[in-house]
This record gives sequence, structure tokens and C-alpha cells, in this order.
Amino acid sequence: MNLLRLSLNLLRRDWRAGEWRVLLLALVLAVGSLATVGLFADRVRLALQQEATSLIGADLRIVSARPLPPAYREMAEARGLRTVESRAFLSMVAHREETLLSEIQAVGAGYPLRGRIEIDDGSAHVAQDIPSHGTVWVDGRLLRRLDMRVGDEVGIGTQRFTVAARIVRDIDRAVGFYSFAPRVLMNGDDLAATGLLQEGSRITYRLLVAGEARQVEALHDELEPKLANGEKLEGVRDARPEIRSALERAENFLGLAALTAAILAGAAMALASRRFVLRHLDTCAMLRCLGAEQGQVLRLFLYQFLLLGAVAVLLGCLLGYATQAVLVGFIESMRDTELPQPSVLPAIKSAASGFALLFGFAFLPLLQLRKVSPLRVLRRELGAPQANALLAWGLGVLVLAGLFLWHSGSVKLGFTMLGGLLAGLLCFGLLAWLLLHGLARYSLRFHAQARHAFNNLARHGRDSALQVVALGLGGMALLLLTLVRGDLLQSWQGKLPPGTPNRFIVNIQPDQQQAVQDFFARQSVPQPQLLPMVRGRLVAISAAPISGDSYADPRARELVEREFNLSYAEQMPEWNELVSGSWWVSSPDKGRAGEEVAQLSVEEGIAERLGIRLGDELTYDVAGSRFSARVTSLRKVQWDSMRVNFFVIATPELLKDYPASYLTSFYLSPDQVKIGDQLVREFPNLLVIDTGAMIDQVRGIMEQIAQTAGVIFLFTLLSGLAVLYAALLATQDERINEAAILRTLGADSRYLRRLHLSEFAALGLLSGLLASAGAVLLGWVLARFVLEIPYQASVVIWPIGGLGGMGVVMLAGWLGTRRLAVLPPLAILRE
Amino acid sequence: MDGKGQPLTILQQASFAVEAGESLAILGASGSGKSTLLGLLAGLDVPSSGSVLLDGKDLFALDEDGRARLRGAMAGFVFQSFQLLPALKALENVMLPLELQGSSDARERAEESLHQVGLSARAHHLPKHLSGGEQQRVALARAFVTRPKILFADEPTGNLDAATGAQVIALMLELNRAQGTTLILVTHDEALARRCGRQLRLEAGRVVQ
Repeated sequence: MNLLRLSLNLLRRDWRAGEWRVLLLALVLAVGSLATVGLFADRVRLALQQEATSLIGADLRIVSARPLPPAYREMAEARGLRTVESRAFLSMVAHREETLLSEIQAVGAGYPLRGRIEIDDGSAHVAQDIPSHGTVWVDGRLLRRLDMRVGDEVGIGTQRFTVAARIVRDIDRAVGFYSFAPRVLMNGDDLAATGLLQEGSRITYRLLVAGEARQVEALHDELEPKLANGEKLEGVRDARPEIRSALERAENFLGLAALTAAILAGAAMALASRRFVLRHLDTCAMLRCLGAEQGQVLRLFLYQFLLLGAVAVLLGCLLGYATQAVLVGFIESMRDTELPQPSVLPAIKSAASGFALLFGFAFLPLLQLRKVSPLRVLRRELGAPQANALLAWGLGVLVLAGLFLWHSGSVKLGFTMLGGLLAGLLCFGLLAWLLLHGLARYSLRFHAQARHAFNNLARHGRDSALQVVALGLGGMALLLLTLVRGDLLQSWQGKLPPGTPNRFIVNIQPDQQQAVQDFFARQSVPQPQLLPMVRGRLVAISAAPISGDSYADPRARELVEREFNLSYAEQMPEWNELVSGSWWVSSPDKGRAGEEVAQLSVEEGIAERLGIRLGDELTYDVAGSRFSARVTSLRKVQWDSMRVNFFVIATPELLKDYPASYLTSFYLSPDQVKIGDQLVREFPNLLVIDTGAMIDQVRGIMEQIAQTAGVIFLFTLLSGLAVLYAALLATQDERINEAAILRTLGADSRYLRRLHLSEFAALGLLSGLLASAGAVLLGWVLARFVLEIPYQASVVIWPIGGLGGMGVVMLAGWLGTRRLAVLPPLAILRE
Repeated sequence: MDGKGQPLTILQQASFAVEAGESLAILGASGSGKSTLLGLLAGLDVPSSGSVLLDGKDLFALDEDGRARLRGAMAGFVFQSFQLLPALKALENVMLPLELQGSSDARERAEESLHQVGLSARAHHLPKHLSGGEQQRVALARAFVTRPKILFADEPTGNLDAATGAQVIALMLELNRAQGTTLILVTHDEALARRCGRQLRLEAGRVVQ
């Protein structure tokens, strides 16, 4: 007997029975969702790798917030390396009446040393030089926002420039992530004339180095011990660490969503294989009777499963490839860049995961077929050989655990995610089971069809609960991304009272204070309070020197490595709240003396992060000179109050002699927008930051993240429907029989349809309500612990969830059972 | 039709009448077509030609739903394999045909009917918790609860041991007499058939006696 041919023959005959379709569908969805995330992340990662040198425009970069000593450049040139300097900072760019916050990059000749910049000055080409004197190159966003064209003039600081070209592709834009401000490239020699190099301007100084690899490495080793605090070396490997960590987080999150789909797919596959086995007991018994060995029986079906697996995995990978291409299209900044094609590795990984799922959820039931007794031919009541349920589900969970570990790449994360998810699913399932049994228990109060439907659901309690959980999970994800997200955004914005400042002014010089106040008076806008800002670096806590290396926490490290914005004030800002200690006593006539002069008030969050306690003595370095002072109070700050806030505030005596710039925030109503532009024209060095525009930008980014996650969660919902389909198939024989009895007793097709629809309505309603409950709960957790805002769930989530669930499940159920209402009863009853 | 598209005749020239209140046993060997005949008489299946008049109404002039409603109004059924709905408790199974008719006192009448078959104590058990004999008695309660004009019974003792089978038959005939129901019984048990007023014997799809 040609086993393979027989196997394929049987497969062809069985195709219509449905289990194969469920297995295929579930597996395609699981592989598809895993492949989508894997391929998508791979493209971004490859772009990071391939373009690493062009990302930083050099082989090595020295970065600092202060001018770099010329010695560094000399050391590099002594090694025969090429160098170029760049300075980057934010400033307002003005065109006619409008201004826009932009990122200015002032570069020396030869920039960039690695990678290339493509520009369009009438024709698109690779730039051979840097912008000539008096001209700038700007990116397309700036042209669009300010409604201008190449050849127009812009004002930067006190100087006017001609826009000579549009930047088509900048060096570090290859990955498709960029900062919120559009970019302007100018000749480094023009910078001084703009008047923007002032105290308090936040300028990032960079020295770019490129050349022979060995010399670059030697320079790296030579420079490393010489670097002053706040100076940093960046090699190609450290390029864009923020993108790398964002990518990792995104991959973890999306990977979790993809694995959720895989769990549901596993459940659907387990249901389908169980029915497959039940339907093939007779075939197996007969084959055994005819002399087939156990191994032959097993192989007969194994070939089918392997063929199915191969087809499903192939289709899944294709689906994943197509979906990730759609995702890239969703993300605005990636649309324009040419991401490299993904490698084949993620596809292989997803394919292997698919086979693992097939093995975990379909293999054990299949193994039972081997053990079917040939005696079943005579005595049908022998039934199915009993599989150890614990073993079957245990193998499934084991495979899932393996997949989570593999995809999360960390034991702790993998187990936390799987444990949390399984615990959540079990709770959900238990709740669903209890509700279903509760309905059945009190079913005598309901109409005949409803009662009958509830009893049917309760009788398949475990499977029904599984369906409710599967559908609820998919629904919850969708509700979270639509309604709850909207609620959260509204809660966040609703927290800000009308008249909340929506503009920040940064960089006001001491001699401009009066002029700026006069400007506001002339415009009849309330004069804002100008707050002084002194920049200094924290160098010691209670005499113990600290540096970035003192902290493991990357955020703490970053805080210590860069400069703090310090301020001084007589009174605590009214929008701050004292948490512990006491604010300094002010008595202008007597003044403070001795220790009273040197006091600091620290924001409680940063104090906790950096390990600062009340009573500690902090030492700061401000422009080369140091001072120490004791922490006498801790404050709580409302960061999203849109007011100017400081981590550290000092007594005025302590800081007033250091060089300072001033900043403030104020409110402009929509019809006063022009005042902002006018302010910048009168004081070109000021940065006016439109927080409304920034909020819009944040919302735009959130929309994109939500869309991306939504695509992945769609797989979850579809897998939930696959579970429903599998469960419908599993109970199909029973339903057919029931329909026949009911018809015999006089039920017409309307009754049968109503009966089935009530069952699906109850199932869908429960799923929908559970989905709503889960989404509201998650929304609350997000609001309370992550965003720290009050959360008011909109009431509509309940009807939308409940009715939506009901609609979807009723439609799917009707499609699956509509045939049953018209079958003639006799053939079935005689079986 | 058989598998190759050739006509396959199961029943032919079966023409007979059953008067109200009469009891008729259909006898025959396995495969003689007796269950098919019963299915046609009850309108559970449709013949390629011929007609069945139930209380003067032509069954096959009605559509499937029309036949179902007619069954609900006039007929009761007892099957060899009981055919209770596994999801419903005994009482709910008995209530079912009444509820299909839209009866308002379904519960009371079902309790009464269960009482008649001696199963009041088992009213709230699921079929899987009842013995075979008990299940068939629930089926009898379900069949008689609507006071049908005609009862169709298909080998009602086929799945029961002799003693239990005898009890069920005694109960069925007693209810039949009490309600004056017309009875059509399919069996291969000669002794059981003799307890009916008339016998109809089938061989290879033909009525021979």
C-alpha cells in the first residue's frame, strides 16, 4: 500500500469536513502575526546596521554640550584622520509672518565624513559640498509648514538666508525616525552672525572623525580617559541608542500581541484536532482490522499534518510579509525612506514557531489514533482511547512557554508575560464559565428558546468559556485601541483648565527682560513671570563624587551626564507642592546668613531616582566654578501643568551672580497666534515653543502606534473567530441531531434559527461585555499608574462592546449553522 | 437514488388507511423499508411519488416547516434511541413540544405527564443521569404531553432489556388507550406486534400482508 498516496487521498476527501480548514486558518494566522512583527522589526534593525556609519556621519563622534577643546581635533589630525565640526541647536525660523521651531545644524566644510546628503536644488543629486555662505538647505517639512519654495528667504536669529535646496535625504534619516523639529543645514561660518550663540542656548557640539579603522580605534582609546564630564564618544555601534531601545520595546510589545494570537490559534487547533480524532476512530479501527500496524496508522495522518503545516507556514509567511509592508506604509516617516528588505531569518523563526504550535496542540490527539482498538469495529461504544488531558494541555503550555522565551529573548520577561497572560485568561475563563452556568441555573425564568440556548452553552461549559475568552480578548484589544485610547486622550487634555499656557519662551537674555515684558504690555497680554535659569552639572552628593557610571538606571545616567536647569526664587512656585522639609524663610530686611544662604529644593521624583535625601549636600559645577548647598525641601511638581518647572530651585543669594537666561510660559488664544510670530521677529534669539502643536505631534505619533498595534491585534481577533469556528465544528454533529429532534417535535426553521441565534447572542454579549470590562480595567491601570491622570471611561464602551460582540458572533454563528435549519430530520435520526 | 445515479426503490405500492383510534404494527426484516415507511407517514421524509393524508391533510403539499407545525399539533414520537435533548433536564424535555405550540401552562402539564410515567422524582435530572428505561419513559411523557391524535413509535424497546422493554410497552399501550390515540408502531417483535389491533408486513419494500 502506498501510504503517502492513501494519506493524500484521505486528506482530499476530508477537506470539506472543516477541521482542516480550522487548522490551516489558525496556523496561518499565528505564523502571519509572528512573521509580521518579526519582518517589520528586522527591516528597521537592518537599516540601523547597514547605515550605521552614515547615521552618525563619521566613524567616531565626540559630543558635548560645551565647546570642545581644540586639542581633540589636533590629536585626530595627528593620526592622519579627517575631521569636521558641527553645532546643532533649536531655533525659530521665520518666513514672512510665520515662524517655526527648527533644528539648526551648522557644519564645517567636508560634512558629512561618511554617508551622503541628497538635495534638490532644481534637480535631485548628492550634495558635493556644504551650503555656501548666506544659504541654507532645509527639509521638506519646513517648506510645507511655512509655505515656501527653494529660492525664498528665511530669517534665523538676526540674519537672513536664501533657501538654496531642499534636503531629500539626510544622513541620519535612513531609518525613518526623526526628531519633531524640521531640519536646517547651514554653513558653520554663518553661525556667529545670527547672534544665537548666547548664554543659555542649548548647543550640541560635535567633532566628527573618519579615516583608517586602526587609527580611529587608537584615537578612541587615547581620548577615552581624557574626556571631561559631559563629553561623550559615539562609535557606529552606539548610533541612535534611543531608536534601538524604542525598537526593542516596540518589538516586545508587538511580539506579545502576536503571541496572543498564537495562543488563541493553539486553542482553535486543539479543538479541531480533537474533532478530527473523533471522526477518524472508525477509519482507524477498520484499518487496524485490515492489518495496518500502529506505526502505519500514525504515519497515514502524520503526512497529512506535515503537508498542512508546510502549506500553512508558507501562507502565513506570505501574509506576514504583506502585512508588514502595509505597516511601513502606515508610519508616515517610514513611507518616504527606503528600508532594506527583511532577511529570511524572521520568516524561518515564525515558520518554526508554527510547526511548534502544530506539534504542541495537534500532535498528542493524533497520537491517540494509533491506539484505537480494532475491536471498535464490533463494539462502537468502546469510544476514543483516553488521552491524558493534563498531558495534552501541558504539552501545549510547554510549547507556548518555549515560544514566549524564544520571542522575548529573556527568561524573566518571557515567563512574566506568559504567566500574566495565562493567569488573566484563566480568570477570564472562570468568570465566563460561572456566568454561563448562572444563566443556565436560572434558565426556567426565560423563554423556551433562550432557556434551551443557555442550557446548550452551559453543557459545553469549558468550550463555551474558551470561546468567550478568545473572542473577549480580541475585542478587548480593539476597544483598548479605539474607545479607551480616545478616553485617555480626552482625560489628559481635559485635565488642563482653559487658559493653560500653550507657549513657552526659552532663551530670554538678562538685558531683554524689560523689553519682553514691555512687548507683552503693548500686546495687552498678561505679563508672564520670567524665571531665571542657570545650567550646571551635579558632580557630588554629600561630598561623594558622582558621574554617569554611578547609576545603572539609564535615565539617571542621562540626567547626571547632561546639565541640569537650575533656578532660584524667593517664593515656591504656587503650582508646586511641598512634600517634606520646609521652604526657606524670606525676610528681605534682615536677609539670610551663613548656612541659610545655601539651600536647595529638589523635585521628589528626581531625588528618588538619583538617591538624594533631605539634608544631603549637593555640589554643582556651573561654567567651571563649583558651589555646594544643602537640600532643605522636596517638592512635588505637576509636569503636565504646562508651567515652567525646575528639578532644583536654589536660594537667590546662591545663584544670582551666575550667568543666567530666563524663560516663561503664557497663554495665547487662537486669534492671538500672530503675537508669537511677532515676538520672534522682535527678539530673533528667543525660542517660542508651541505646546499645542507638540501635543498634536504626540497625538499623531500615538495614532500611528495605535494603528500599528491595531493591525497586530486584528490577528488576535481573527484567531478568536477561528476558536469560535473550531468550537462550532466540534458541536456540529450534536447540533444536527438536536435540530432533527426539534423538527420531529414540530419546531419550524424559524424556531431553529432563533434558537441558534439566541445561543450566539448570549455568547457574543458575554464576550463583548468581558472585552469592555477588560478594556476599562486596563485603561484605568494605564491612567492611574502610567499616565497618572483621572480616568473616566465613556459609558458607550459597554453597549458598543456588548452589541458589537453580539453582532459579530451572531453573524459568524449564523454563517456556520444556517444549513442546519433546513436539513430533513429522518436521515439523521436513523443513524 | 443510489450512488451511481440509478433509481433505488425502497418502498413501492404501499397503500393503506389507518382509522382514528386504531393501532397498527409495521413488521418486517431489517432493510425491508419499515422505518422509511414510518418516516414518510410522519412527514419526516419526502417520497419521490405518492401521498400521505394525515387527518385529511396532504402532508407533501406542505413545505418542511408546514409539516413540522402539523407534527407539533397532531403527532407524538417514540424512538429506539430515545432522542432526548442532552442539554435539557427531563422536565424541560417534556415541556419542549408544549412550548413549541406556545402553550402557557407547559410546566404544569409536563409535570403531570412525568407523574403519569412515574418519574416526578427525576424531573430535574439530565438525560445522561437517567437509565435507558427512564429515558424512554421521559420520551413517552414527551410524546403524550401534547395529547397527540397519532403516535409514531420506532422500535421503542430496541435498546432496552426484555423486562424494562415490557414495562415501557405496557405504559405506552395504557397511555394510548387512555387518550384514545392512533398508534403506528414499527417493530420486528412478533409478540409485541400481536398486541396491536392490526399488523402490516413489509418485504423488500412491498406490503405483503
